[in-house]
This record gives sequence, structure tokens and C-alpha cells, in this order.
Amino acid sequence: MTTTTQPPGRRRRREPILPYLLILPTFFFVAMFTAWPTILAFYQSFFRQRLNIAKFREPTFIGLGNYTALFSDDRFLLVLKNTLIYVLVTAPVSIILGFLFAMLINRAIRGIGLARLAFFQPTILPMVSAATIWMFFFTPDYGLWNTFLQRFGYSGPQNWTGNPDLALIAIMIVAIWKNAGYYMIFYLAGMQSLPTDVYEAAVLDGANGWQMMWRITLPLLRRTTLFVSTIAFIGAFQMVDHIFVLTKGGPSRASTVLLYYLWQVRFENQDVGRAAALTVILIAFLLLFTVTNFFLSERKEGDYA
Amino acid sequence: MPDAVSPRGFWAKLGYGLVLMLTGLLALLWAAPVIWAFIASTRPASEPLGRGDVWFGSHLTLENYVRAVSLAPFDVYYMNTIIIVTMILGVQLVTITLAGFAFAHYRFMGKKLLLFFILLQLMIPTTALLAPNFGTIRALGLFDTRLAIAIPYFGSAFGTFLMRQAFLEVPRDLVDAGIIDGCNWRQLLWHIYLPPSRSMLVAFGLSSVVWHWNEFLWPLVVTNSDKSRPLTAGLVRFTQLGEIGAQWSLLTAATLLVVAPLFIAFLIFQRQFIQSFVHSGLK
Repeated sequence: MTTTTQPPGRRRRREPILPYLLILPTFFFVAMFTAWPTILAFYQSFFRQRLNIAKFREPTFIGLGNYTALFSDDRFLLVLKNTLIYVLVTAPVSIILGFLFAMLINRAIRGIGLARLAFFQPTILPMVSAATIWMFFFTPDYGLWNTFLQRFGYSGPQNWTGNPDLALIAIMIVAIWKNAGYYMIFYLAGMQSLPTDVYEAAVLDGANGWQMMWRITLPLLRRTTLFVSTIAFIGAFQMVDHIFVLTKGGPSRASTVLLYYLWQVRFENQDVGRAAALTVILIAFLLLFTVTNFFLSERKEGDYA
Repeated sequence: MPDAVSPRGFWAKLGYGLVLMLTGLLALLWAAPVIWAFIASTRPASEPLGRGDVWFGSHLTLENYVRAVSLAPFDVYYMNTIIIVTMILGVQLVTITLAGFAFAHYRFMGKKLLLFFILLQLMIPTTALLAPNFGTIRALGLFDTRLAIAIPYFGSAFGTFLMRQAFLEVPRDLVDAGIIDGCNWRQLLWHIYLPPSRSMLVAFGLSSVVWHWNEFLWPLVVTNSDKSRPLTAGLVRFTQLGEIGAQWSLLTAATLLVVAPLFIAFLIFQRQFIQSFVHSGLK
């Protein structure tokens, strides 16, 4: 049969323009709403342009002025610090919880479906709805959060979203609650495709559950972990919806993270140039995390071979 | 996998029991916000929540839902969200199928480069580009329309990639048979490539609907009136209405109104939802 003699390069039907036409719609929208705005942000970041101040309404070239202004601004440095804390805490904690949940519910007993449902359901809630519910949990005085903590002897500040020391933590708690179940399902899918004979052999060798988790499950799920951490880190930079409901970035910017700040600068201060510089910085962070993860995964793949 | 290891001996059984208890406790903790919201939304408005009194009221009532709907145009928000989500999904299904087909079936100059270009969208998510995209929407004269909310998502790198992968799985003999039978490209796509890839399309569709139903920041930026505002942006506006204050029963009722369709669908089709999220790895 001809099919077996053809090289695996397969389906190389030559059509001069049809493939390009088929890709055109996708190409067009990606060009217009991903490539072009990236270039535009880069370009605009070298100009001063503020729409709410008459004499700055027209763009003026100021070189790296927006960047130097940002990096010498304590508010921005605080925002950077908040962002790093937010991302570097919520992503790993959600991933670890996701893994833990998957370990807990990966067993065939009655009622386990309910637990899976409980862990996963925050994923499909809109973040603003979740935040509205959590707003009550964080209410001082009769909110459930403090009531719950007091059971364990907590007697600290009551107003979580209004306290500069606690606002960012409150934001992180909601983000972790929302995401852990999402990462759980990837681990669950991964665990269910693991070979059972490895575990049977480990049991015969007298390994306990703890050893099996560290020596077998985690190493075998390395690819899952890399995938999950990529989406978790990228997702954390973008997860700001609940800030609009819970803290509005306050008090005194204690819970302002990069994307929220970008929104404020662009739509409250009407500062196009500064917002463009912030966009470029955000893109740089996202690329940094994606590329790092990519190279980590390449290296780890190499280990296996 | 741990099924292979059923607990033996007293300590193992005790440990197993503790693990199950921990699972139950954590699950209850995780579900608490939604369960509480549901309970609070059924409380009569005349009985505000207070210290130690945050549970069911004296009787169950739907009055909060009725009042929420009368205070804000949730019917319009619903329409808007449904139209936006349908518009995005409708266009995406076409664009990703065509592009995925081109990348899987044909060989052409610049194929790798084009694929890389489209996959840029995965690395630079649209959300991060809201400032420059806002300018584009303004320039196009689309500000405060439903189309403005939908249009940046008409091309989907992830969808394209998923469909390409699904189409590459289609057995080659099947495709060759189609070609020998004289199928044109539309027939090949429709009768040979699409049928076995339908589950991938459904998976992508479900997660696309959930993601765009829930989206908030971009709609907030490109709308400023109720005629185009979706449920999420409408809800946030509602929570900030002066007369609402701390009327938790009312707030939770409004919140659940926004969540209800997806949540009910999710309860019914739990397995498909979870599958689709695993498949597509995008929210």
C-alpha cells in the first residue's frame, strides 16, 4: 500500500494558498490583539502621554523616562514587592494543596466524589462572585473567618481587608482557595495514569505511603508539576478580579499587585505612557516565568533519557 | 493507585481513618463559602446577620432574589453574558478548526513560524494587554459594545493547538482513503477529521464558556453602560450600590444569580467539566 511507503512527513498535500487562507482568521486576530498591542505598548512606553492633563495629552518622546520614574517611585517598588509575594506564595501553595487534595481523593470509595466536587467547585465560580462571598467571611466582628480562627485561639486584628498587614494575605487566601482544586484535577489525571505495578512492587519491598509518595508518585508526576506550575505562575500574575471587590488595592496600596496597578495607572490616572511601561514590565515577568519553566522541563526531560 | 494498598493492621486502619476524616474536613472547609452563601441568600431581609447569628433565618424565602433582580438589570446582564459567550465560542470553533486543520493536514512555507507566531498568545495573555487593546477598541469605535468584549478572543492559540493535536491523531489511512475517494478539503475536514475530534472540540468549548462567563477585568474596561455590561461587571457594580451596604442576604442572592447557570450545569455534567478542564488546561 502506498500509505506505508510514504515518509512520516505525511499529508504533504501541496496547495499554494489554501492553508494560508485557513489560518488567516486566527492569524488576523492574534496579530491584532496580541502582536500589535505588544509592539504598541513597547513603543508607547518611551513617550509621556497623560490624557487628563491638557499639556501632556499629545505624546512626547522621553526615552526611558517612564521606566526610571517607575523604578524610583516607592509606590511602584511596593507594588513589585507585593506582586512577587503574591505570585511566589499563591502559586506554590495552591500547587501543593492541589497535589495533597489529589492524593486524598484518589481512592475508590463511596462519597469521594463529593470531596472532589467540594475541592473543584471554586474553579468554575467567577472570581468576583467568590470575592463577594469572601467579603462576608472577612467582615470584622461577625464574619466567619475570625469566628473560625478564634476557635483556634486567634485574637489578632479583626479587619482583614482593611488592615495593611493582612490585606495582601486575605487576597492570597482567596486566590489559593480558588485555584487549588483546579491544579488538583491535573494531578488526579496524572495519578490515574500511573502504573499500579510499581506500587505493588514497592509494597512488597515494604515501602510505606510516605516513601511511595516521595520516591514514586512525585518523580513520576514531574511533567504534571511543570505544566501546573507554568499555568499557576502565569495565572497568578493575572488574578486580580477579587481585589476590585475586597480591598481595591488598599489600604495604602498594601494589596496592590502589578496588573491592578496597571489598571489604576491607565484608567484612573489616564497615564498612557506609564501604563505602557507597566505592560512591558508585566510581559517581561510573564516571559521570564514561561521561559524558565520551559528550560526546566527541557532539562528534566533530558534526565529521563 | 493507592487502591492497590488496602490498609492492613490496626495502625494502618487508624491512619486510613484519619486520612478520610482529614479529607472530609478539608472538603467541608472548601465548600463552606458556597454553602454559606446559599443559606444566607434564603434569609428574610428583616433578619440581618449578626454576631453568632449567620445561619438560616426563621424561615426560607426567595425575596432576596426578587429584590436583587429589581435593583439591577440582571436580565440585561444575563443576555449580554450569554451573547458574548456564544459569540466567542461560535467564532472560535470555526477559527480553531480551520487553523488546526491547516497545521495538521498541509505542508507549506513558513508553517513553523506561523504556528510559533500564533502560540505567542499563550505566552502573552490577552489580559496583560488590556491597556493597548483598549486603544484599539476605541480606534475601532467598538467601545461599550458586546463585540468589544468578545473580539480579542476570536483567535485562540490554545484552541488551534488543541485541534492540531486532535487532527494529528486521526489515522492516516483514513485520510488517504478520503483523498482517493476524491474528497475536497471541506469533505475531508467534515467527514474524516472532525468526527473523531469532537470530544476535543467539546472540551475546548466548555472551558471557553466557563472562562468567558467568569471574565471581569476586560469587560470592566471596555464597557460603561448596562446595555453591554456582562454579569460579572454588573455584580461588582451591584455590590457597590449605595443602598446595598452590608445586606448580606441580598449580596449572596445576587452572587448566586451570577453563578447559577454554570454551577447547575457543572453539578449535572461534573465529569465532562473536569475532563474538559484537564484536556484544555485553560480556564
